[in-house]
Amino acid sequence: MLCLKVRWWQVNTKKLKLKRYLTLCLFLALAGCNRSENLQGPTPIESESNPVNTLDTRDWPESFQIGREAQEDEIARQDIDVRPDGEGLPEGSGTVALGKQIYLAKCATCHGRTGVEGPEAKLVARLSRPDYEGRKKPKAIGNYWPYATTLFDYINRAMPFNAPGSLRPDEVYSLTAYLLYENRIVERDEIVTNRNLAKIKMPAKGLFVNDDRRGGREVK
Amino acid sequence: MGIKSEETKNETNHALAKISRRKLLLGGAATAAVALVKSSFGEIQTAIPESLYIPADPTKVQGPPPFDLGTRSPFERPLKKTSDTSSRTPLQDLYGTITPADLHYERHHGGVPTIDPEKYELLIHGMVEKPMIFTLADLKRFPAFSRICFLECSGNFRTGKEEMMPQEIAGLTSQSEWTGVMLSTLFREVGIKSKASWFLAEGSDAAVMTRSIPLQKGLQDGMIVYAQNGEAIRPQQGYPARLFLPGWEGNTSVKWIRRIEVSDQPYMTREETSKYTEGIKGGKIRQFSFDMDARSIITYPAYPVILQQGWVEIRGIAWTGRGKIVKVEVSTDAGKTWNSAKLQGPVMDKAHTYFRYLWNWRGDETEILSRAIDETGYIQPTMKQLMEARGRDMGGYHLNPITAWRIKRDGTVLFRPEGKA
Repeated sequence: MLCLKVRWWQVNTKKLKLKRYLTLCLFLALAGCNRSENLQGPTPIESESNPVNTLDTRDWPESFQIGREAQEDEIARQDIDVRPDGEGLPEGSGTVALGKQIYLAKCATCHGRTGVEGPEAKLVARLSRPDYEGRKKPKAIGNYWPYATTLFDYINRAMPFNAPGSLRPDEVYSLTAYLLYENRIVERDEIVTNRNLAKIKMPAKGLFVNDDRRGGREVK
Repeated sequence: MGIKSEETKNETNHALAKISRRKLLLGGAATAAVALVKSSFGEIQTAIPESLYIPADPTKVQGPPPFDLGTRSPFERPLKKTSDTSSRTPLQDLYGTITPADLHYERHHGGVPTIDPEKYELLIHGMVEKPMIFTLADLKRFPAFSRICFLECSGNFRTGKEEMMPQEIAGLTSQSEWTGVMLSTLFREVGIKSKASWFLAEGSDAAVMTRSIPLQKGLQDGMIVYAQNGEAIRPQQGYPARLFLPGWEGNTSVKWIRRIEVSDQPYMTREETSKYTEGIKGGKIRQFSFDMDARSIITYPAYPVILQQGWVEIRGIAWTGRGKIVKVEVSTDAGKTWNSAKLQGPVMDKAHTYFRYLWNWRGDETEILSRAIDETGYIQPTMKQLMEARGRDMGGYHLNPITAWRIKRDGTVLFRPEGKA
């Protein structure tokens, strides 16, 4: 719909186009009112008061015919992300016991024998622990991570540090199970699978709020 | 005949050039001397090659001819300060607002990957009409767009001791002219489905770093950039292509971008849940804190400068992720009174803005401070204001407090550390 843009250099150099410019300004102002509906095409950038940051699309074809259509297998090869609702989790399962073995072999060097010794990020902490007076409060799985799916996603894509992306799904499920157990979120006999991971409630979930800073006088 | 003698002359020049370059490179590597060098901000100690030929009178001897790649003067050695995962821009050594690409700050989560531009591809899929793959050559064929903007890490604050340079306090901000293709241009090609509201941006580093971005930001001013300050973007900044989101915390501008998945919800990745979120009042944790609030810092005079009595031009940079800087105020009496600094135009949207304030220092002990005001009316807060607003569990992200420099009677300039270390 209203995707007209101002060609600002024309405005500056060709005074005859001033009228057209003013009309476009009006369109831009109107377009700004319902930007959220305008998802199919480019949206005006910034306001007409800042024409430097706009892009003139008036002469554009419907499509530039640049690039190629992605095939299913090409997408599948890269589409590794996991959503909080569990979408994207591969088939598989893991146990706390197996997870502990893998953890000790591949993770403990950086994160410590029980997930608190470091030297890298502490992984284990309890939300209920009343205070960390005098010590830095760790941001660990049990007191800071809002979604269990994030554990799978992150371990799967980025860990272990010296061999990222090398773990099989069952190994990742097992590590996830073990870390959830160490954080007192699941029981020792829990079997974590692609069907139940997204249902696991994380202690810190209720702490998260969306950013409400909006500029203006108030410091937030 | 004439041509030949010209050739001979050129050969002689090249021979001379080779000798002087050998002297400079080999001699320089063999021995180095510490010399006092006059710079615009007084005498500085610098290591220069002992054998570097400095003629007594440069008008009486031919200088070296052109070279195929420029170099800094051997008298200038601005350097980043590095850690295992970051490097900081030497703000105190820079003039104006553009950061030389080799001094741009870095913050990586899996090191700097080496990517063959011939093999590079960007996949856009998910809630789109037609999932597509674009090569680097493809991206460069689309209508291009350039824009000068700052990029700042939201963890850009350090404190703790008096002997800290601007680089150490706030060196995780840099500014470049970025060139690339608007995301809206690419989204137009793939056709975004009407129910879509977010997209996932994924890098091809060892962390396969991911962030969820509201679709509206991508449509509004998001870019896929492949160039920085007129040349191909540097590996440390995302070669061959990165996402660039003006005014937003640096982490969201995913480097080495390989994939965009359009969705109707955020993915809650590690970087947007357990990292890049900050504790606020009531034990709450703030998430998706994208915008960088207004901030400024005086970069001269600042530690380690020794100030001389008399006229001083106080200089610094101010910036905001929410639009333009409209005013920078400077106090030379420890915050009792504030005066407007001069802003160097053109003042650009979401860009470092250079400010200057002329001051006659009479040798009294004092503190100098600056505060930025942006077009939303936001006034850069003090650390005290930030702590009051966010509570005692205040996190380490999005800290933009007023920076104060103490000037001692002997001209020593020291950082006034406050707040959380």
